[in-house]
Amino acid sequence: MEHLSGFVLPNSGHNRDDEASKMGMWLFLFTELLLFGGLFIVYMVYRMLNHEAFLLSSFELNVTLGTINTVVLLVSSMTIAMAITAIQKGDKKTSVRLLLTTLGLSLVFLVIKYFEWSAKIHHGLFPGMDFYNNLPKGEALFFFLYFIMTGLHALHIIIGAVLIGVVVHRTRQNKVNQEKYALTENAGLYWHLVDLIWIYLFPLFYLIH
Amino acid sequence: MTAVSTQLSFFDTRKGLFSWIFSVDHKRIALLYLYSLITFFLVGVTLGLLMRYELLNPGKDLVEAKTYNQIFTLHGVIMIFLFIIPSIPAVFGNFFLPIMLGTDDVSFPKLNLLSWWVYIVGALMALSTLVFGDGPADTGWTFYAPYSVKTGTNVTMSVLAAFVLGFSSILTGLNFIVTIHRLRTPGMTFLKMPLFAWALYATSWIQLLATPIIGITLLMITAERVLGVGLFDPSIGGDPILYQHLFWIYSHPAVYIMALPAFGVISEMLPTFSQRTIFGYKAIAFSSLAIAFVGYFIWGHHMFTSGMSGTARFIFSMLTFLVAIPTAIKVFNWVATLYKGSINVQPPLLYTLAFIFQFMIGGFTGLVLGALATDIHLHDTYFVVGHFHYVMFGGTGFAFFGALHYWYPKIWGRMYNITMANIAFVIFFIGFNMLYFPMLIVGLMGMPRRYYDYLPEFHLPNMISTYGSWVLATGLILMLANLAAGFFKKGPKVGRNPWNGITLEWQTLSPPPVQNFDRMPEIPLNGPYDFENKPAIKE
Repeated sequence: MEHLSGFVLPNSGHNRDDEASKMGMWLFLFTELLLFGGLFIVYMVYRMLNHEAFLLSSFELNVTLGTINTVVLLVSSMTIAMAITAIQKGDKKTSVRLLLTTLGLSLVFLVIKYFEWSAKIHHGLFPGMDFYNNLPKGEALFFFLYFIMTGLHALHIIIGAVLIGVVVHRTRQNKVNQEKYALTENAGLYWHLVDLIWIYLFPLFYLIH
Repeated sequence: MTAVSTQLSFFDTRKGLFSWIFSVDHKRIALLYLYSLITFFLVGVTLGLLMRYELLNPGKDLVEAKTYNQIFTLHGVIMIFLFIIPSIPAVFGNFFLPIMLGTDDVSFPKLNLLSWWVYIVGALMALSTLVFGDGPADTGWTFYAPYSVKTGTNVTMSVLAAFVLGFSSILTGLNFIVTIHRLRTPGMTFLKMPLFAWALYATSWIQLLATPIIGITLLMITAERVLGVGLFDPSIGGDPILYQHLFWIYSHPAVYIMALPAFGVISEMLPTFSQRTIFGYKAIAFSSLAIAFVGYFIWGHHMFTSGMSGTARFIFSMLTFLVAIPTAIKVFNWVATLYKGSINVQPPLLYTLAFIFQFMIGGFTGLVLGALATDIHLHDTYFVVGHFHYVMFGGTGFAFFGALHYWYPKIWGRMYNITMANIAFVIFFIGFNMLYFPMLIVGLMGMPRRYYDYLPEFHLPNMISTYGSWVLATGLILMLANLAAGFFKKGPKVGRNPWNGITLEWQTLSPPPVQNFDRMPEIPLNGPYDFENKPAIKE
């Protein structure tokens, strides 16, 4: 924006507006929900059509690792919420520490996910592999949905982690502080959404009865 | 110094290409959109003319069947995703929403610039299929499975382009919603907003809530093509009807992304050229929201012949009829606005009246298609092609060009040649109806769409239609040539308010300064179209 002297409106779009940025984040989260929503619809339809196959395939997944990951994400949601409270109280040091903890937990999640995925790929269950191509169609659909949905979720974890990294950097630069912490809140909102989606993915894939 | 800089128009503050393509000023971004949109529109028009030329006579005139399929697909992709979805919001919404709300920019200026860049990337991806890969997709713009999974043409790139363009559309919608909530000038409540803002508000919600579904659906098509997973192709265990559902869950609401902003533009032009308050302000404002809401639940009417339960078809048909109600409310209110107004016949009003006439034809033929029994006969005939061109081109397209004539003096600070604009309009209008009305008739006669050939008994209407396309193109060229004067800084200069309008953009300079206003805008006492208490505008 070219900054000129002269008449400037009181309600300028270039003023700082924390409410607006939070509203923007909420609206963005709606779109994220609907993005996954499309996949949830496909999941629902194919699970109804292939109930037995989905049940059988779900036994292939490691419930223990899935549970650990669920706990990891829930704790990370708590730590980022605490980081927001800390910055609100002006305690930047604690806020940064809690953000780094969240970042660490996101790495733990990704590492566990990596081992889960590589075990499946080792068994030839990734779409396009020979073993996968010979699976009955219900099971093939299950593993396709498993990979695309947890994959898209993992991508969101990575984006969230980068965002948290930015917040840590900005906090250290004092660009995020007690007076100005909308960025931390937005990162928190995003992280909670990523967490929330996992809360649905976990039972849908691991806990079918 | 202060006085000078405020008077300086947004064209003159900075110069050079980079000051445009990296500008975060909503007015410059709007013009970037305008120039790119018109370019792609002309590509789409050329493809349309080629199609019409092929259909001039039965048998092969110009191109092979496959080429014809690729042409109509690319025509659809360009016109839908590159022109009509972004058209009014991205150009006139971007330019005028902040000014009409009495602010100096949208809430997220950088996101706004990003949305244009994303749009350009998507557009280049769509057009790259012309040059790279195995040729442009030949599936139709709907990418119906299983053909889109099996065909050898470059569907993957076209689909990814649509995905990227959807992202651009989401960013614009998000920006507008927050802008409307946060940046209205003091005293402008929701019910004192101009109706264009209301229309954009409803549109933005659809953009936000419908677009992600098509995004993920198109990604699934890509996954199916690349990985061979049986999602939608029945021969490998998929469900093609599921694809159609997912596709239309977005693409039907998208029809309202295209139509609602046009309603908004019409609701601005009518009061200005009737010089009286709009009839039924609240009815028009809320009917936009009603259309947006009901529009979500009627996607099934695209699939009456695809295989759905009788109950589902019945419900979708009934809900489709329901949308006609808020739409009719608008039309009645518009017509009532003209009553006892002091009508000033200018080019924008002509486009407005043409809009109402053509949109009515489009709307009524829509009801014919929404009825179960008639749809069985008319599905996939030229009647459908005629119907949606009447709605999209005769409606939104005419509103777009009307808006261009209406806000032209504000954007460039100059006036085009009015006589020339009127002549161009008449040719354009005649050409349009010559081109599309025969399609309705030939569709009723049973001519199917999407073939490069037809039976000899359909020859006459097709001939008229093709001649119409040439008349339409003539009108279009005349109109654009007349308007190009502004771009080259020709034409007489105008003051702040050449049309005697009342919304806030007419209180500022033409063209506006970077900060949009050189003094605090005054809002009319009783709502945005209160011509009786119109604030006096000093030059």
